[in-house]
Amino acid sequence: MLYINCPHCGMRSQNEFSYGGDASVKRPELNKEVSDQEWDNFVYNRKSLRGKHLELWQHISGCRQWIKVERDTATHEIFRTYKADEEVA
Amino acid sequence: MTQPFRIENGGLINRDKKLSFKFNGKTYFGYEGDTLASALLANGVHLVGRSFKYHRPRGFFGAGVDEPYAVVQLYRNGETEPNIKATEQELFEGLEAKSVNCWPSVNFDIGAINNFLKIFLPAGFYYKTFMWPKSFWYRIYEPFIRKAAGLGVASTKHDKERYEHKYEYCDLLIAGSGPSGLAGAYAAAKNGAKVILAEDKPRFGGSLLTSDVNIGNQSGKDWSEGIIAELKTMPNVVVKNRSQIFGYYDHNMLVMSEKVSDHLPSTKKYHPNKRLWYIRAKEVLISSGSIERPIVFGNNDTPGVMLSSAAKEYLKVYGVLVGRKPLVFTNNDSGYETAIEFKKHGVDPVVLDSRKNPESEIIDEAKNLGINIKNSYVVVAAQGYKKVKSADIASISEDKKHLGKIENIQCDCICVSGFWTPTIHLASQSGNKTKFKEEIDAFVPGQSKQNEITLGAANGVFSLDETLKTSFTAGSELSKKITENDNNIAIPNVVEKKSSQHDKFWCVPLPKGKNYKRFLDFQNDVAVSDVEIALREGYRSIEHVKRYTTLGMATDQGKTSNLNGLQLVSEIENKVVPAVGHTTFRPPYTPVSIGAIVGREVGKHSKPTRKSPMHSWHDKNNAVFVDAGVWLRPRYYKRGNENLFEASKREAKNVRINVGVCDVTTLGKIDIKGPDAAELLNRVYTNAWLKLPVGKARYGVMLREDGIVMDDGTTTRISENHYHMTTTTAQAANVLSHLEYYLQLVWPELNVNVVSTTEQWAGAAIAGPKSRDLLQKLFPNSDVSNEGLPFMGYIEGDLFGVKARIFRISFSGELAYEVNVESDYGNFMWERIIEVGEEFKIQPYGTEALSTLRIEMGHVAGSELDGRTIPFDNALEGLVSKKKDFIGKRSLQRSAFLAEDRQRIVGVVPLDKQTSIPEGSHLVKDDKAPLPNPKLGHISASCWSVEYDNPFSLAILKDGKNMIGQKLFAMSPLKNKVIPVEIVSSHYVDPKGERVRS
Repeated sequence: MLYINCPHCGMRSQNEFSYGGDASVKRPELNKEVSDQEWDNFVYNRKSLRGKHLELWQHISGCRQWIKVERDTATHEIFRTYKADEEVA
Repeated sequence: MTQPFRIENGGLINRDKKLSFKFNGKTYFGYEGDTLASALLANGVHLVGRSFKYHRPRGFFGAGVDEPYAVVQLYRNGETEPNIKATEQELFEGLEAKSVNCWPSVNFDIGAINNFLKIFLPAGFYYKTFMWPKSFWYRIYEPFIRKAAGLGVASTKHDKERYEHKYEYCDLLIAGSGPSGLAGAYAAAKNGAKVILAEDKPRFGGSLLTSDVNIGNQSGKDWSEGIIAELKTMPNVVVKNRSQIFGYYDHNMLVMSEKVSDHLPSTKKYHPNKRLWYIRAKEVLISSGSIERPIVFGNNDTPGVMLSSAAKEYLKVYGVLVGRKPLVFTNNDSGYETAIEFKKHGVDPVVLDSRKNPESEIIDEAKNLGINIKNSYVVVAAQGYKKVKSADIASISEDKKHLGKIENIQCDCICVSGFWTPTIHLASQSGNKTKFKEEIDAFVPGQSKQNEITLGAANGVFSLDETLKTSFTAGSELSKKITENDNNIAIPNVVEKKSSQHDKFWCVPLPKGKNYKRFLDFQNDVAVSDVEIALREGYRSIEHVKRYTTLGMATDQGKTSNLNGLQLVSEIENKVVPAVGHTTFRPPYTPVSIGAIVGREVGKHSKPTRKSPMHSWHDKNNAVFVDAGVWLRPRYYKRGNENLFEASKREAKNVRINVGVCDVTTLGKIDIKGPDAAELLNRVYTNAWLKLPVGKARYGVMLREDGIVMDDGTTTRISENHYHMTTTTAQAANVLSHLEYYLQLVWPELNVNVVSTTEQWAGAAIAGPKSRDLLQKLFPNSDVSNEGLPFMGYIEGDLFGVKARIFRISFSGELAYEVNVESDYGNFMWERIIEVGEEFKIQPYGTEALSTLRIEMGHVAGSELDGRTIPFDNALEGLVSKKKDFIGKRSLQRSAFLAEDRQRIVGVVPLDKQTSIPEGSHLVKDDKAPLPNPKLGHISASCWSVEYDNPFSLAILKDGKNMIGQKLFAMSPLKNKVIPVEIVSSHYVDPKGERVRS
């Protein structure tokens, strides 16, 4: 079970969190013309990366904040965690 | 009754407490502190089971977790449990056990005919034989194999025992209480670290219990007892016996199974049977020791052949002789230690050493005691069927390829030692890349991946002196980092005998003309010849060889067999062992009870149960409850002998003609506040929200980004910047997360706060033509007329002194209201509604009537919003704004979503107006068409229309818009029904929606 450093609450076990997918995906702006390809990429297409990956988790049984977690998908090493609005280094 | 193989004195058992037990129906006696294995051996019982494949007789091979043979069915306190190792099961008064895998008895087992058919049962036999014909698999092959396979029978009764889970955190977790674990624990504890020391056996001390060493000026055993006694007094230390750390998971999470009650005749009140510990450790010291490995020779599975270390343990810990004429067969000095123990107890062993001329202090001691030692000698084969009677022995050439003349010597047991295999399971599970250590012919941990260190025999270090030094140092260093204390501890002096190099010899060649079975894996009956076949047939990867032959796949997971298997593969393949590699070590290290893994989450406790504040009223008024997610909701209120159908019809009908009340507390409620709240709603819902006035509610549909409907519900503007959103019961949590996702990550510029208020409000829906009259009586000071509180209006009112929110919204399609009060007043509200409603013939209604009412009105719910439908499919396209953007809008332009013949909700009525259509039925054009019959749609919800008194269903039907008036068939192969139906509008009752506005 992963041990995730919630930037708001500190070290917490994985079972307090819910996974939210790739954190690098940006939603197209509202009211903007979006091509089929662009929209497909946003809604469906995800890379299944081996290695360092920036992902979203929500601390649902804690502060309910969405956070970003930089994790190695092969080794599960967690390098850093960020608040939702924090710049990713 | 005597125990013929128990020595007069000695051992760590309590001879003052005699215990009786039964094995295969016969009564025996043992002592407190025995295992089932040691007690049986004390009584001279060596035959305990039959092997898995050939049903050959099986005895005891080890004395602990490595035991491959002595797996029994245990009976305790009216319960039975399979797969119990007799070597681990502690004796208690009244214990009962039986042999497994034999019929009719262990002495006469019909399955043993397999032993004579063994040339027909080589590796891969099942794969090759049961391939053809295909139709035989289900009816003949599988039942046959199932009956033949397996060790013991699982109970089919409900398990009465209780199992607990516990979460723990510590600085240093130590797996194993041998010399390394004790030293590490002591040093770390003295530095103030929070330490957990786990030992799988009942007694602490590991190898110190049986080895002839001195630490300081004490024996090893006394030293270990002193350390444990001191550790137990320290507040920062948890010392646990009977506790197996069986898994090492990510981020230094380890899981331990503590056997709390297995050693007692029955579980004490308020105690669990087992306790599963989830331990998050900052550092882990793996001091799991090593397991002796066998040397492979002919008929090496005969009862009476056992590990030499096990024979020593039975003698020193339990005071039991495993034989009176022992033969010790060794390739290293460990065998001599066992021989010396026999000699000290007046038994004359013969030692066969495969080495030519070994010299060491231990060997000198054996010689001085006058023990008969034969160098360059091996056991070729054990003789005897149900017990060793003699051994064929021979001298062996220096290259270990040629045997001398075969001699037969009498013996009643063969104690074998092929050197030691470090127990590296936990280290490997943590991600540690293991490495092969030539000097010991075994794998040891390599580079640590997590915060773990492996020391002592588990790390391939067999010198006590070195083990203690490294372990004291490691315990001190690891804890110093955490506590910043440094209490230097003097490392005690060690007196131990030096040993000489072992012989890299593991398998005795077959003598000419003999074809003895030489077993590698004792539990799964995998012999040398089976692995040879696998390799001949082209299996190369060790993982494939394992699966084809089942080597190392039994409940002992190859603890005694894996390395010899690797040696064999490497020899045939002409590779070095590290090039062959080893199979993956997966948790659990030893079998864990399913009950312990499940813990308290059984039956009603498998999920939380949520009850509305009115629950006790429902209960008192004969409500029959149904699970709705985690909630318990009244399904119907039973009157007299009514069944579900009759009751729900009565309740629904009463709503249509009088008035009913339904507990709607379970609806998800989200409080939304902030200057940008309207903007958020406008983006989340498909329809327009910016112009909703204060005091008004609106129905909304929200989509996922892929255009599929996520949820629906009404949201009410309470005040300028304050909204009250309702969601379906099932989606409440998801919708909240959804809103939080957009507010925190996508549109953080919106100034809005959302919070769940589901539990803060109790809700009652009052529905029916008389609902306004009732409401007026409940709120005499409020104007609830059609003008004062119009459809989709909202006011606040005073319910006999309690503040209430009144929404004029309707799910039933009737004139209806929802009243909310703070949860604590929920019951008060409900009782007032029932009281005041009496004159209007009010009746409470449950979810079944609720469904009936919404189905015949054509209102969609979870069965239509099933994660596969878009607004159009639910006839909700009128709520999709063309002007503004919202979540998921772009996806609605996908061509499939725009298709002319897109699926759509319709109503379905059976032609005979009698036959109810099962939910899930398929709608097809031709009921006689060949299978697979093209499916046009499916029945999503069915009810008995109380308005028309005939069955009515909703369906999602292809091209539904143009299908009204068509005749189709509803087919349910599950219920074996074919029903001719007519497609009608989904708005079966009051299609213009006049009632809700009346």
